[in-house]
Amino acid sequence: MSVSVSMTVNGKAVAAEVADETLLVTFLRDDLRLTGTHVGCDTSQCGACTIHVNGSAVKACTMLVAQADGCEIDTIEGVSDGETLHPMQQAFKDNHGLQCGFCTPGMVMSALDIVKNNPSPSEQDVREALEGNLCRCTGYTNIVRSILAGAKDMEAR
Amino acid sequence: MAAAEPLNTGIGDSVTRVEDSRFLRGLGNYVDDIVLPNQAYAVMVRSPHARATINGIDTSAAAAANGVLAVLTAADFSAYGGLPCGWQVHSKDGEPMTEPKHPILAEGAVRHVGDPVAIVIAQSKTLARKAAALVDVNYTDLPPMVDMQAAVADGAELVHSDTPSNVCFDWELGDEAAAEAAIASAAHVTRLELVNNRLVPNAMEPRSAIGDYNSATGEHTLYTTSQNPHVIRLLMGAFVLSLPEHKLRVVAPDVGGGFGSKIFHYAEEAIVTVASKLVGCPVKWTADRSEAFISDAHGRDHLTTVELALDDNGKFLALRANTLANMGAYLSTFAPAVPTYLHGTLLAGTYTTPAIYTNVKGVFTNTVAVDAYRGAGRPEASYLLERVVDLAAIETGIDPVELRRRNFIQPDAFPYDTPVALTYDTGNYQATLDLALERTDASGFEARKAESASRGKLRGRGLACYIEACGIAPSNIAGALGARAGLYEAATVRVNPTGSVTVLTGSHSHGQGHETTFAQVVSDTLGIPLDNVDIVHGDTGKVPFGMGTYGSRSIAVGGAALANALDKIVLKGRQIAAHLMEASADDVVFKDGQFSIDGTDKSVGFGDVALTAYVPHNFPLETLEPGLEETAFYDPKNFTFPAGAYICEVEIDKETGVIDIVDFHASDDFGNIINPMIVEGQVHGGVAQGVGQALMEGAVYDSNGQLVTGSYMDYCMPRADDLPNVTVSNHVTACTHNPLGVKGCGEAGAIGSPPAVVNAVINALGDFGVKHIDMPVTAHKVWSIMNAKNA
Repeated sequence: MSVSVSMTVNGKAVAAEVADETLLVTFLRDDLRLTGTHVGCDTSQCGACTIHVNGSAVKACTMLVAQADGCEIDTIEGVSDGETLHPMQQAFKDNHGLQCGFCTPGMVMSALDIVKNNPSPSEQDVREALEGNLCRCTGYTNIVRSILAGAKDMEAR
Repeated sequence: MAAAEPLNTGIGDSVTRVEDSRFLRGLGNYVDDIVLPNQAYAVMVRSPHARATINGIDTSAAAAANGVLAVLTAADFSAYGGLPCGWQVHSKDGEPMTEPKHPILAEGAVRHVGDPVAIVIAQSKTLARKAAALVDVNYTDLPPMVDMQAAVADGAELVHSDTPSNVCFDWELGDEAAAEAAIASAAHVTRLELVNNRLVPNAMEPRSAIGDYNSATGEHTLYTTSQNPHVIRLLMGAFVLSLPEHKLRVVAPDVGGGFGSKIFHYAEEAIVTVASKLVGCPVKWTADRSEAFISDAHGRDHLTTVELALDDNGKFLALRANTLANMGAYLSTFAPAVPTYLHGTLLAGTYTTPAIYTNVKGVFTNTVAVDAYRGAGRPEASYLLERVVDLAAIETGIDPVELRRRNFIQPDAFPYDTPVALTYDTGNYQATLDLALERTDASGFEARKAESASRGKLRGRGLACYIEACGIAPSNIAGALGARAGLYEAATVRVNPTGSVTVLTGSHSHGQGHETTFAQVVSDTLGIPLDNVDIVHGDTGKVPFGMGTYGSRSIAVGGAALANALDKIVLKGRQIAAHLMEASADDVVFKDGQFSIDGTDKSVGFGDVALTAYVPHNFPLETLEPGLEETAFYDPKNFTFPAGAYICEVEIDKETGVIDIVDFHASDDFGNIINPMIVEGQVHGGVAQGVGQALMEGAVYDSNGQLVTGSYMDYCMPRADDLPNVTVSNHVTACTHNPLGVKGCGEAGAIGSPPAVVNAVINALGDFGVKHIDMPVTAHKVWSIMNAKNA
């Protein structure tokens, strides 16, 4: 069965007919071709598909598109101002907070959510708040540094 | 002319990465991101049994299902070969290893859970998945061979019925008699049995492959998550599908981590290549994570008995190690090399042990294939060595730091021939040890331990001094030892007419940052800004040739090829500049982007030389070809030998056994360093995987051959709050035999850290008299030991 959905994705109105079983992450990747949102597992544990739904971090593999009807969706593609990186993205670059880049979009989306909820997090706050995101490359040291630096830069603005 | 601003983008500068902007904006191009016009989707039907015969496969219901284009089984692949093994090891009796066929799809039998049996291709992944559930495979379930010791016992059930036993090879290295004699008469012998736990590599990007056949040109394109696209083209083209290389293009675009698991040629690559031609459209397959757990090659999985003989003064006299190494059900691409030539040859470590003998039996079991995973053999060698040395320190009462110092190869002893076939070119093991001790405040440990005790914590400190071998080479020696491929690397430097540079490298970046570090080598050599350099990799249609990235070889072999190609560019540039300046090329020097004649004010910029090469109006056409593009193939003279000292401090909670790493320092000698920021990141990541192995990770099969750690629910991947901040330091002894003096840094962290962590835990548990705990050293194991003692 198909369902009609409409939502706002990165500030743009989107309407579509989708199969009712379609996951939000599949819709973003396959239908909207927003392939920055990645799929790294099938048990909702890696966080590579983290996006924002109505301003909060959500793993896009845990929602059906139908559940996102009427929602404001933000993905990694909407974070920068064109080629000018958001301060959090810049902090990841400056602190070498990414290697292969696969977990990175989810990390950045989680980082923005962490800072939104806690504008001046401690290192331990960040480590605990990253519970939902796996990285296999960095050992997290530089991701944590990036988020702490990004939080400072965002606060300074 | 005003002096140019320094570029600060050369060798030794911590340049931020060129590739980051696209990854941070979600604009990476990974294989699963690619959607080709009219693309179909494949889903694999995999064996739920560890060992079974296939009596029949009924594909009719699946074939008739909505949207299904084809259902393929082994019968559709009868014209093709099996998946080849790239390294032939010989047993100690001179016989070649047993090499059973590794079919693309199961032929009448399945040998591990996850063994591919059939493939369903449909218009969407959902339709393919639904139809895959309709494929009816009639199995007769057989008792599987899961345990290695059972598999090598007399009368064991055979994983491959056409082989004489489950022993793939029975390999040895070193002087058995000398080791035996020394062990028999030594003042002290330390013995240890240990397990090197089986790991699942778990690159965050699951494997994916797209086959795209063009019937107009007869060309196949394979997009695949590979660390070495040319190797895949060679293996799959020449040995599996008999496709000529000029009709096969392999593209490995952005790849989301590899750690070894994406070196190998996997069945799915051949399947989508064949399927695309059969169904007449591009065919994509992407692994689910659950599928990755039962189809990606696993790592490690050794069972070892090691003996270390010492004299009264603690000098090592002999080392003997006997190992069972799991091969899994089939030989993956480089599996036999891992526990042999990448493991046995490292058993001297950083020490002068005169007599060494090792025997390694490769064992078939009904489990997923085991192959190279970050470090590949060297972590296993480092672990057994640094564990037995630490235990010897406890048993002899010699301080573990002192014991190592007494046995180190001295800095003036290089080149040093080990008794296990390697020649270390350079090193200084004392220097990295001193650095690590200083950075971790060795003398303050007792005070820290007392402070921890005041909080109910047991504090322990562990040291490991590792050595590894990178950039496996040279090709002729590797070939004599069984390698079925060359181990050189290629690089092309294409200077464009306006002076920008395109580098085509056979190395592949899947997180290592080659687009930055290789560009730094160019910037440094040619004196041009980083923005004017583009590093192209991962496409056999663009890059002339290459052997790819594994074994920490990229900068040591690929970087060396690049350096040699750049030298050729400079050489030709000097000839062009000499013509422009009406001088002899011998008098032209090149520095900071300027060709000049010493002692004069004559100079020509690199850009002018480039333009002249392509607009050769004033050019020595009679003696020199126009254009400015050079290629170099570089075959190393030797391995490189990074080494270092890692120190870990842990606190153990007395009530729960929970282990907290409170300090971790890695002091490495990687030779010269191109980008310190990136090197530090590589060490962080390697240490994270090593700590994961030491404390958390372990692939567990039950007696039925089911992988019970088959998802992130069960397989314990380190998360941010499981790991410490890792600090690093470096001591440099430059590699003596490559042009950049580099050694490689990708695997060191995973090699040095497991023994450092376990040594720290054993040290913390000193009061409990425990000699050894097998990895992963979980809180439950530690608690059980403390609780047994307290009871």
